[in-house]
Amino acid sequence: MWGSMFRWLDPYAKPETLYHLCGRWLPYLMTLAIATLLLGNIWGLAFSPPDYQQGDSYRIIYIHVPSAIWSMGAYSSMAIAAFIGLVWQIRVAQWAVLAIAPIGAVYTAIALITGAAWGKPMWGTWWVWDARLTSELVLLFLYLGVIALSGAFSEAARGIKVASLLAIVGVVNLPIIHYSVEWWNTLHQGATITKFAKPSIDPSMLWPLLISLLGLALLLAALTCLRLRSQILIFEQHRPWVRQLVEQQHEEQS
Amino acid sequence: MAFTSWADFWAMGGYALFVWLSFGTTYGLLLGLWWYSKRQHQQIQQQIRAKAAREQRVRQHQEREK
Repeated sequence: MWGSMFRWLDPYAKPETLYHLCGRWLPYLMTLAIATLLLGNIWGLAFSPPDYQQGDSYRIIYIHVPSAIWSMGAYSSMAIAAFIGLVWQIRVAQWAVLAIAPIGAVYTAIALITGAAWGKPMWGTWWVWDARLTSELVLLFLYLGVIALSGAFSEAARGIKVASLLAIVGVVNLPIIHYSVEWWNTLHQGATITKFAKPSIDPSMLWPLLISLLGLALLLAALTCLRLRSQILIFEQHRPWVRQLVEQQHEEQS
Repeated sequence: MAFTSWADFWAMGGYALFVWLSFGTTYGLLLGLWWYSKRQHQQIQQQIRAKAAREQRVRQHQEREK
């Protein structure tokens, strides 16, 4: 049953096909990502009304919330890829783990830095060791752990396996991050949009936030495409199709 | 428009440091990652090309030795 259910995915698991597919999508995804992100951010920075309590400092939300949400979204995708790579031995899924990890690490760093810059004027401190902030910091260490482990073995295949295992185990941290503001006393406010109830934010602020959210999602997809292509080349470098491709591109450039 | 002038906009109601620090580091990090990933992609292609060229040189040399 499983075999026939996922048969339609087979061509995408072929490195050469995926390399060209990513190459075709990359310019569209990148253009769309930049346009969407700039639209959402400029709208939020210049056109949304100031917050009645936090004044203009709240505008950090337009980068803080999207980066925090996708720091977890990227981790989920990475863990799913790791699982597929380990269980079904799909090589492109294993390489996707390596492609996504640095992007997730950067998103997590952005969420932490913008959080600190928002915390200072609102809470009076750059950092507190509370549940939400600490679990998000653990997420950064999980990403760095995956990156470090994947390169720590002389045999690349083994490095990927160990890194994938860490990525899967680290999934435990995701619900902890999400529910940390409910389970523990914290300075951090509760969920604004990632809940089933109506978002507790005015539409004039919600729209630019949702657009920024879409922008960082598209950027995640675009950067994954770009980085996955590099990984495919590294692991397929002895195949004739890569040799031909690289020569062709060299001739086009010169 | 939430601000009356450019000066007003840059001042961010007194929160300029925190707002621009946030957006500055964000775009800095994102551009850095993009640049790094693009450069890495080019370097990999160069390395593969160099390897292929070397293998060809070795092959040619071996054929001459025969």
